[in-house]
Amino acid sequence: MSNLVLFPVVIPLIFAAILMLFPKKLHMQRAVAIAGVVATLASALVLFSKVNSDGVQAVTLGSWPAPFGISMVSDMFSVLLVLSSTIVTLFVLFYSIPTIGMKREQSFYYPAVLFLMTGVNGAFTTGDIFNLFVFIEVLLMASYALIVHGGEKPQLRESIKYLLVNIISSALFVSAVAYLYSVTGTLNMADLAVKIPQIEAVGILTVIAVLFLVVFGFKAAIFPLYFWLPGSYFAPPMAILALFGALLTKVGVYAIMRTYTLFFTMNTGFTHELLAIIAILTILAGCVGALAYFDVKKIIIYNIIIAVGVILFGISQMNAAGIEGSIFYLVHDMLIKAALFLLVGILTVIFGTSDLRKMGGLIKSYPIFGWTFLVAAFGLAGIPPLSGFPGKLLIVQGGFEGTHFWGSLVILATSLLVLLSVVRIFIYAFWGEPVKIVPIDRKHYLSMFVPTAILVALTVVLGVGAELFMPFISDAGEVLLNPSLYIDAVLKE
Amino acid sequence: MEIVMSVAIGLLFMAAVYLMLSKSLIRIIIGTGLLSHGAHLLLLTMGGLGGTAPPVVADGVSVSDYADPLPQALILTAIVISFAVTSFFLVLAYRAYQELGTDNMELLRGTEDYE
Repeated sequence: MSNLVLFPVVIPLIFAAILMLFPKKLHMQRAVAIAGVVATLASALVLFSKVNSDGVQAVTLGSWPAPFGISMVSDMFSVLLVLSSTIVTLFVLFYSIPTIGMKREQSFYYPAVLFLMTGVNGAFTTGDIFNLFVFIEVLLMASYALIVHGGEKPQLRESIKYLLVNIISSALFVSAVAYLYSVTGTLNMADLAVKIPQIEAVGILTVIAVLFLVVFGFKAAIFPLYFWLPGSYFAPPMAILALFGALLTKVGVYAIMRTYTLFFTMNTGFTHELLAIIAILTILAGCVGALAYFDVKKIIIYNIIIAVGVILFGISQMNAAGIEGSIFYLVHDMLIKAALFLLVGILTVIFGTSDLRKMGGLIKSYPIFGWTFLVAAFGLAGIPPLSGFPGKLLIVQGGFEGTHFWGSLVILATSLLVLLSVVRIFIYAFWGEPVKIVPIDRKHYLSMFVPTAILVALTVVLGVGAELFMPFISDAGEVLLNPSLYIDAVLKE
Repeated sequence: MEIVMSVAIGLLFMAAVYLMLSKSLIRIIIGTGLLSHGAHLLLLTMGGLGGTAPPVVADGVSVSDYADPLPQALILTAIVISFAVTSFFLVLAYRAYQELGTDNMELLRGTEDYE
C-alpha cells in the first residue's frame, strides 16, 4: 500500500487544472507547465527508487480489498515507461516554447499537454482493464484537443478521421471488456491472471484475446490497422507530433505487452503466433512507407510503425531475451522518436518546407546540427554502441531462441532499410548543393536545438551505458515473465 | 430476454456501420452514437440480466437476488465518455464545415499536399 503510485498521475492533473485558470498569462503558463512536469519527474524518480528497492508497488483505491476496488500497480516496467514519457514531455515542452506560437500557447496548449500526460501515466500505471479504458479515453480526449489545436485546414480535416477511428476502437474496447467480464467475472488484471487459467473454454478466451489485440492494435498502429496514422500525424505542428509519436502508440504497445504476458497466455500457440506474424507484417509495411516518401515528416512517421512491429515481435517470443529486448527498445524508441521529430522539426523550420528534394547543403552552415542528426539516425537504426542496438540485439536473440528465426532475419534485414530511410534525409538535407534557407537568428535556433541535443545525448547515454540500465530492464522483464510476482503484489497486501 | 437484447444490439451495430459508411459527416456522427449505444447495451447484457433486488443490504434479500452492480457502473462511465466525445465531434464537424466548406468525406481525403 503506497500512495506514491498515484503521484505521477495526479500531479499533472492538478497542474493542468491550475493552468486553465489563467490562459492568457504567457510566462505563467510556461513556468507552471514546466514546474508541473518537473514535479511529476521528481515523483516518478522517487517511485522508481521505491520500486527498485521494494519490488512491485500497488494501491487499491478507496481501501477496498483488491479485486473489488480499482488497483493501481507500479512494477519496474510501468515505472520505466512513466519515467521516460515524463522526460520526453519535459523536452518537448522546452521545444514548444519557441516553436508552437503565442496564439496556441494562450489557448490551453499547456493544459492539454499535461492532461495527455495524466492519461499516459495513468494508462501505464493502472491495474484494472476498465480503468485502462478510462485512462486511454483521457489521453485520447487530450490528443483530440492537441491534434486540432490551432484549427488549420489540414488539422481539421485529419482530426475528423483520427476521432472517428478512435471512437470505433473505443466502442470495440467496451465490447471486448463486456465479453471478458461475462466470461471471467472480473476486470482486475491480477485477478484475471488468477482466474483465466482456471477457465476451460479456451476457444472463447482466444477470441477475446484477439479482439483485445484489434482494440490495442488500433492505438498501437499494427498492420493492417495503421492506415489512419500517417495522415493524422502529418497534420499537427512538430512539437505535438513529437509527443504523439513518442507516447500515444506506445500506450497501445504497452497494453498489448501487459495483457499478452499477464493473462492472455492460455493459447500462446495461436495468439502469440498471430502476434509474431502481424509484427513482421507491420515492420514490412512501415518500411515500404518509410522508403516511399520524400517528405521528412512522413519518413519518421512510418518509422514509428516499424518500431511498433519490432517491439511486438520481441513480446510474441515470450522468452527472457525477447521480452527484455522489447522493454529496452520501447524505452529507447520513446526517446529517439521524440528526438528525431524535434530534429526534423528544426530542418523544416530552416528550409521552410518538409520536402527532401527542396533541401540540400546544410552541413556547411549547421555542422553540429548535422552530426547530431546523424547520431540520432544511427541510434534509430541500431548501430552499436547507440541505444537502438542492445534492444534489437536481444529481440533478435529472442527470435532465434524461440520458433521464429525468420522474424529475426526480417528484423535484421529491415534495420538496413531503416538506416537507409533516415540516412536519406541526411544525404538530401546536409550534402549536395546548398539551397536557399530561411534566415533564423542564433538565439531562436539554439532554443530549439538545445533541448533536442540533450534528448539525443540521453539516447546516447542509454546506448553506451546499456550495461548500467540492464539490471532495471531485467527486473521489468522478470515481472512480465512471472505473473505471480504481479499477482501477489496486488492481491496479497 | 438475452436473445432479444442480442438482436437489438446487432441491429444497432448494423445501423451504425451503415451510417458510418456514408459520405455525409453528420450521418457518420449519428452512426458513432449508435455504435456506442450498441456497445453499452452489450456491456449490460454480457454482465447478466439476472437479479431482482438492488445490491443493497436489506431484510429478506439474499446475496443471490442481487443484480450485478458492476456493469451498470461501467456503463455509466462509458456513457459519460461517449457523450463527451460525441459533443466534441459535433463541434469539430461544425468548425470543419465552416473552414473547409464541405461535409462530404469524399472531398476530405487530403492527399493532395504531399506526393
